[in-house]
Amino acid sequence: MAELNKLTAHELIEKLNNKEIVAEEILSALKKRIREVDSKVKAYVRLNKISEPANLRTKEQENKLKGIPVSIKDNICTDGLNTECCSKILEGFRPPYDATVIKRLRQAGAAILDAKTNMDEFAFGSSTENSFFGPTHNPWDLTCVPGGSSGGSAAAVSSDEAILALGSDTGGSIRQPAAFCGVVGLKPTYGRVSRFGLIAFASSLDQIGPITKDVQDCALLMNVISGYDPRDCTSVNIKVPDYTKSLVNDVKGIKIGIPKEYFIAGMDPEVKDILEEAINQLKGLGATYKEISLPHTEYAVAVYYIIATAEASSNLARFDGVQYGFRSQKSEVRSQNLIDMYKKTRGNGFGQEAKRRIILGTFVLSHGYYDAYYLRALKVRTLIKQDFDQTFKEFDCIITPTSPTPAFKIGEKIEDPLKMYLSDIYTISANLAGIPAISVPCGFTKKGLPVGLQILAKPFNEEMLFRLAYAYEQNTSWHKMKPKL
Amino acid sequence: MAISKDTVKYVAHLARIELKPKELEKLSKQLQNILDFIDKLNKINIENIAPTSHILPINNVLREDIASGESLPIDKALMNAPERQAHFFVVPKVIE
Repeated sequence: MAELNKLTAHELIEKLNNKEIVAEEILSALKKRIREVDSKVKAYVRLNKISEPANLRTKEQENKLKGIPVSIKDNICTDGLNTECCSKILEGFRPPYDATVIKRLRQAGAAILDAKTNMDEFAFGSSTENSFFGPTHNPWDLTCVPGGSSGGSAAAVSSDEAILALGSDTGGSIRQPAAFCGVVGLKPTYGRVSRFGLIAFASSLDQIGPITKDVQDCALLMNVISGYDPRDCTSVNIKVPDYTKSLVNDVKGIKIGIPKEYFIAGMDPEVKDILEEAINQLKGLGATYKEISLPHTEYAVAVYYIIATAEASSNLARFDGVQYGFRSQKSEVRSQNLIDMYKKTRGNGFGQEAKRRIILGTFVLSHGYYDAYYLRALKVRTLIKQDFDQTFKEFDCIITPTSPTPAFKIGEKIEDPLKMYLSDIYTISANLAGIPAISVPCGFTKKGLPVGLQILAKPFNEEMLFRLAYAYEQNTSWHKMKPKL
Repeated sequence: MAISKDTVKYVAHLARIELKPKELEKLSKQLQNILDFIDKLNKINIENIAPTSHILPINNVLREDIASGESLPIDKALMNAPERQAHFFVVPKVIE
């Protein structure tokens, strides 16, 4: 009964099945924990609007998740529940529909928590410092960032303020915060999970994915949210396997590629040592590894910041004060003209990073610059994808650090956008190539900050990620460690 | 590639974003930094490489032109409107 919020979903499901507990007790424990620590962590936004008690789905149906609460990032639409992308320009927005992943969660019996998790505004960021509501604090060191843009979801799972969470990942926004917070985060293959109802950042890169306490919970959640959706024309009609069947503690014979370009002079030496230790451990379990080359790695960040910002400039054109959210000078509507209203609304409603990306994206698409920037970036994207296609002919998976450093201090990188962008260097390529990737905890620095190990596999081979991640996890205890709050 | 303050101002106009003078100053410097970094892409030989605008081998995803039966009622469609009148979103004048 005590501290149910500290358990994993699969442990809670067992207790629910044995009728030891009922779902309401889990929600109570969670809310108690949120009241205790969220003033320090700030993983959630608009908290005072949490209703008591929440509606729990009690109908049987195919009730896999049995009323377990799921915490949702603020860019995923939930019917009747504010969804604001942590931006001033979407304040008060209440979607009139559920995203497909939310629909699937409800059908599986999950309880959607009615406070959303904090994020960088419109998913623009790697630290959650760009949120209109202020930053989330890393539960392992409250002076540090939780990572971003799904920092709220990762911090909540890490601090046991959430059982299961959803995030979104465009350039690393699930995996990097998962690594910084010592939890599991998975970015599915592009097209595996429906984007219908995800407020778009970059339509050719975005994916929704799970952030969880362990690999088994991640597989559970992937089973529920994955699958073809006719409402998302980029979703793929490939059967969803039962990912829990890949949770096998056996990696004998698995061929791992270690890209030399990811182990470079600039990375934190502790991260390097911890990763090498983890890779050796996998070798001890029967996997083999070999150095490989992904020659176009050094261009990935540049390619990403052209393509992603270009797509963002298009996707964010809809935020203009007309249909929803913030509108500048509402009371003087008759004295302005429309263009003036657009400019003032967007100038006032968007944060600095959003403006920076939209203007950069507009620039690279504009007449005279399109070929030199956008078209060129699309071609280099092809080369980056080819690097992976080549590698997966011989290797089952690729292992890298998730981030070159552990969590940095709040305020450390915010004044230098380029420095912030470079922290995505290991995660970005997976989005450009559309391949699945998972981050699992693999150690701690001397200062007690978590370090993440990233596994990449070929498209629609999440099973390989689960198999390797599970075996590694079951032979270590990183996932059992909790921050002291 | 150099980007002038005037160019940034013009692009902001295209993007319908009003920038304060201090913002314009700061942003121009930051964008110049970013563009300098991006210039490394000019080193690569992209001759005969096809662009990848979409990562999946699927094209022209269409459906039958039949109404799905699930329409958003007007009140729901307008419920987030900053200003509305009857069945319309109200905006400042469009025509000069």
